[in-house]
Amino acid sequence: MGFWSVITSIIPSAIAYTIPILMGALGGLYSERSGVTNLCIEGLMLFGVFSAAATIVKLQAIPGFSFVLAIIIGIIVAMAASLLLSLLHAFAAINLKANQVISGTAINMLSTAVTLFLAQTITGSGNITIVRGIVRQNIPLLSKIPVIGPLFFTSTYWTTWVCLLIWGLSWFLLYKTSFGLRLRACGEHPSAVASAGVNVHKMRYIGVMASGLLSGIGGACILVTYAGEYNAGSGINGLGFLAIAALIFGQWKPLGILGSTFFFGLCMTIANMGKVFPVFQSIPTGYLGMFPYLATLIALIFSSRKSAAPLASGEPF
Amino acid sequence: MKGKVISKPLEARKASPLIVSLSAVFLGIAAGCLFILCIGKNPFAGFERILFGALSNTRRVGNTLGMSTQLILIGLSVAFAFKTGLFNIGASGQMLMGGITGSMLAYYLPMDMPRVIYLAIVIVASMAAGAVWGFISGFLKAKFNVHEVVSTIMLNWTAYWIVYDFIPRFIVDPTISVKSKPIETAHTLRADWITDLTGFSTMNYGFFLAIIMCIVIWFVLEKTTLGFNLKAVGANKFCAEYAGIKVNRSIMVSMAIAGALASLAGLTYYCGYSNIMEMGKMPNEGFDGIAVALLGNCSPIGIFFSAIFFGILKMGRGSLAATGIPTEIADTIIATIIYFTATNVILANFWNGLFKSRFERNEARCRAAMDAHGDKRSLEALSHDEFNAYAKEGKALMKEGK
Repeated sequence: MGFWSVITSIIPSAIAYTIPILMGALGGLYSERSGVTNLCIEGLMLFGVFSAAATIVKLQAIPGFSFVLAIIIGIIVAMAASLLLSLLHAFAAINLKANQVISGTAINMLSTAVTLFLAQTITGSGNITIVRGIVRQNIPLLSKIPVIGPLFFTSTYWTTWVCLLIWGLSWFLLYKTSFGLRLRACGEHPSAVASAGVNVHKMRYIGVMASGLLSGIGGACILVTYAGEYNAGSGINGLGFLAIAALIFGQWKPLGILGSTFFFGLCMTIANMGKVFPVFQSIPTGYLGMFPYLATLIALIFSSRKSAAPLASGEPF
Repeated sequence: MKGKVISKPLEARKASPLIVSLSAVFLGIAAGCLFILCIGKNPFAGFERILFGALSNTRRVGNTLGMSTQLILIGLSVAFAFKTGLFNIGASGQMLMGGITGSMLAYYLPMDMPRVIYLAIVIVASMAAGAVWGFISGFLKAKFNVHEVVSTIMLNWTAYWIVYDFIPRFIVDPTISVKSKPIETAHTLRADWITDLTGFSTMNYGFFLAIIMCIVIWFVLEKTTLGFNLKAVGANKFCAEYAGIKVNRSIMVSMAIAGALASLAGLTYYCGYSNIMEMGKMPNEGFDGIAVALLGNCSPIGIFFSAIFFGILKMGRGSLAATGIPTEIADTIIATIIYFTATNVILANFWNGLFKSRFERNEARCRAAMDAHGDKRSLEALSHDEFNAYAKEGKALMKEGK
């Protein structure tokens, strides 16, 4: 296998791994920018995986029901479910002024336990496997472009493009509209925003709910793209925490998190597909597996020192 | 010797941490009942099975205490870091490091070694491994401002893959390639007399280690300069720094000790409670320990009792199969309890409001009775006994009035 063919097989997978982390990190961005520390991205994403899996399995079992429609409904259900779960965190963090780190951890545990509990009741085992995920497609015309074509436009999932669109819209919303300015200000100086007549609690609710929605999409993407099943045993392998790390590494900026999530996506690809490539075949599975997490730690060492964290993130108002 | 202060000012009671914790437990169990009802099963039968499974004979009690052992130690670990303002959710990884160290020593140390020396070596070595693992997070936090929650999670997964790599490399069971070779009983923490006493339960020396650690941690936190420094850093970092306490050093020390406690839990889990390690399995107990610490209000005695409570939940759920209720109900209850301990403000407010309204009612009754007696003193001048007596009388008076 030549160098070029290795690259062309790594990059599309890396993009597939990147998208869920990107959605999680973007959710975290909304929440933290509005001033609520959100460590429950992991739990919200897992809830998304589960609710999408349960919905899609039920729908795909109906004879004649379109697979594509089932997937779309699954994603929407996942968004709604994660949104509901995120409300629990919002209520604790905003109204009750609870310790947001503990509340987030409670949500993570709750999500793990409740999804497993429901999976046991639905299927009788800890796993839910969907019949078919999204079929990879080449983008017409664009995939014919040399170099870029094979890297970015061959065998892609349509969700990738939807998610990138959401990312772009989020950037516009946060940086080019007065709503975005208010939301970001709530995370820096809530009292100043409040004195200007903005309802800080409302803005923070919107921030946390956005993180629920986006994590739900992220979770659903994991399911319908590369995973294909909800697995209670491994959950989502700390992907939600990688998203938080990506948020820190990306310095709480949309462009920053796009770069950092792609970096983590690349690391995940190497960890999960390493054995396929002769370059990595001599490395034991264990070392490949720990690579993304160690890479994250090292990335954090370089990026946490001069942190651009929103000033009021984690401070109750 | 001063006597107990009797003349406390007359005022409404405040919600104590105990009452808040108990309400959280109550709400957690209520949520559990709700879930069981949702799937159309009988919650009371479920809880009866849990109690049956955890406590119905000496063997089950022994198993429950064996499970509680890990929870006590991890609860202590989380609580200790908490006192310094750090949130250690890396107990799972630290447990794995302690467990793999203990398992490898059990495999490679000679069998004819005196047991006391063997146990001492294993305990010290695995605590050291966990201390290093915890120290890394503390170091990254102190030197590079890396959030300890993220770094401990990353170290959890790193430990997970280290164990994944070490089991087949060093201690594999030739018949089942995803598990480590079972450790000889002489090289575990189990003791014949405990095993005999509790009908071959999983209880082991670890339980006594856990009790000793409860006392040691209480002593360190309450009676030593180190404990004072750590708590000062947790209360207010800047104030502590101003007072000359080395904040960065405190953070590293605190995480190292927390790591050592969690890895001791790992040792009792993998080389006492069980005698094998599995590849690709993250111990859930690391997260349950957070619940234990929070419910126990981070005090060693509270942790001891909340760990026993969670031990009952976790051991008892095994008997649920007969009722058709998924065993994960126990985890759901635990998670709900943490959520309610995190939002303890609402619980404390509820109780404070209740106490206050009761006190105000008593005050009104007291006034009525004092008027009837022609007692012209102010309420503040009354002693507690007089207040209570008047309040009782006032209650009767008001009833007659109606």
